[in-house]
Amino acid sequence: MDGTASTRQTRRSPSDAPGATGAGDGIRCKWASVVTAMVAGTLVLGGCAAAPAASGPATAPTPPAGQPQQVTVFAAASLTAAFTEIAELDPNLDVTLNFDGSPTLVDQIKGGAPADVLATADEANMAKATEAGMVAPAPTIFATNSGVLIVPKGNPAQVTGVDASLDGTRLVVCAPAVPCGATALEIAEAAGVTLKPVSEEQKVTDVRGKVSSGEADAGIVFATDAKAAGDAVETIVVDPEKKLATRYPMAIVTDAPHAEAARAFIDLVLSDRGQAVLASYGFGTP
Amino acid sequence: MTLPTPTRGGPGLPGWLYVAAVLAVLFLTVPLLGIAVRVPWAEVPALLTTRSSLDALGLSLLTCIVATAIALVIGLPLALVLARSDGRLAGVVRTLVTIPMVLPPVVSGLALLITFGRRGVLGAPLSVLGIELGFSTVAVVMAQVFVAMPFLVTSVEGALRASGSGVEGAAATLGASPTYTLRHVTLPLLAPSIASGGALTFARALGEFGATITFAGSLQGVTRTLPLEIYMLRELDTDAALALALVLIVVAALTVAVTGWFSRRTVRRRAS
Repeated sequence: MDGTASTRQTRRSPSDAPGATGAGDGIRCKWASVVTAMVAGTLVLGGCAAAPAASGPATAPTPPAGQPQQVTVFAAASLTAAFTEIAELDPNLDVTLNFDGSPTLVDQIKGGAPADVLATADEANMAKATEAGMVAPAPTIFATNSGVLIVPKGNPAQVTGVDASLDGTRLVVCAPAVPCGATALEIAEAAGVTLKPVSEEQKVTDVRGKVSSGEADAGIVFATDAKAAGDAVETIVVDPEKKLATRYPMAIVTDAPHAEAARAFIDLVLSDRGQAVLASYGFGTP
Repeated sequence: MTLPTPTRGGPGLPGWLYVAAVLAVLFLTVPLLGIAVRVPWAEVPALLTTRSSLDALGLSLLTCIVATAIALVIGLPLALVLARSDGRLAGVVRTLVTIPMVLPPVVSGLALLITFGRRGVLGAPLSVLGIELGFSTVAVVMAQVFVAMPFLVTSVEGALRASGSGVEGAAATLGASPTYTLRHVTLPLLAPSIASGGALTFARALGEFGATITFAGSLQGVTRTLPLEIYMLRELDTDAALALALVLIVVAALTVAVTGWFSRRTVRRRAS
């Protein structure tokens, strides 16, 4: 789907609020992108395959004052809130953001979408882009996201970690095919525990919802999802050394129309201010 | 069910109407053909006999049979009562019990969760007694009954109203007790509509997805019914998802055929 005709609008995917790390990458069709594409005057046909309208940066005129540098950033849906905030940090940069699942972003750039920076939620998708020569080699890791155990406020089942305290409690995890489910399995394996969940959800937000409502006693989600739940859940760190953490890479697109500004945006994300914003959404420092 | 018998060879319809009609037919059938084209027919037996597929099939069959049985045991009496009541209260009740039929299933699931969930209005006291419904097969059945029973109630009530109460009145005049009349007059008369209503209920229960995933969760062999399994497989293993979808399509086709056959029989019997 999805004309990647770049617009001034920030694309947000409804189902991928800050926390929806895992599920986001699986969802290809998004209303928000449909609407955005229509606004951009792109005829959307042919389902969800990447069919970018290579109309170039059909952007609105740049505000005259200061002449900020334009840069177009394609970022994983789980970065929506953090990158939207980071984009506001530097008045010299005029950032256009496009959020979608990491595989979709790679497809869009492959199809010729005019992106300057690619930031994915995992290294596997970035590797695809690197191998295809679509982005500069040696991407920069700018954030990490770890699996954590969450329990309802007050921890009614007195869970202490991924250990025997989970026996007989209602544990909810993601299905193994979903990123957060794969992480849950890795955590259990590292802890030498076999998980006996009462439900394997398709979306990480469903796991969080069942825990924050008290319907489940514990759940395994990403740190960013836990952070987004606020006070409704308590977080138990299960991977303090971040050995199992997902690493988020970013790189400059090979055919970037604004390579210089792309470099500036990456530096902004890696700066103390950028890292502080990421940390406030639950991301770890690389 | 009381449609006038269509007059064959009546006044002709304008030609353009057929164009629109053909479009409607195409729109409704082409997606089914699309599945039929994409189903890996040779692998269907293998795909349907994997452990997870068999678990999903078995669970769906079991829960839908139980849900349909429950709908018959309590929904049928409700239909009979409603068909013989005309007060304002009956109208209110009729509206209320029809709501789940038109409600988005995810809303039904949310309503069940808020009510019967661990911290729900009824769920909290039940939880104190040690009864926890969430994440159990019972929750799956509850979700199915909630969304499917209205189909039985409305279809049977409609048939009952259409048939009138003349024969029952005659039976009563002849000294038959209400229970005798119900057993030997009303129910036999209603049999076709009960059968088609039951088939509709079963089909709706079989397709139940939103309320189940919201209220009961998703775990192989416990709460992961066919639609949930298809939802999970759709990206992971499209072939398996298509094979299971085929099962649901076949069951749906059979249901439509069964209900169609019963309602035609009813019409014919009325006409004679």
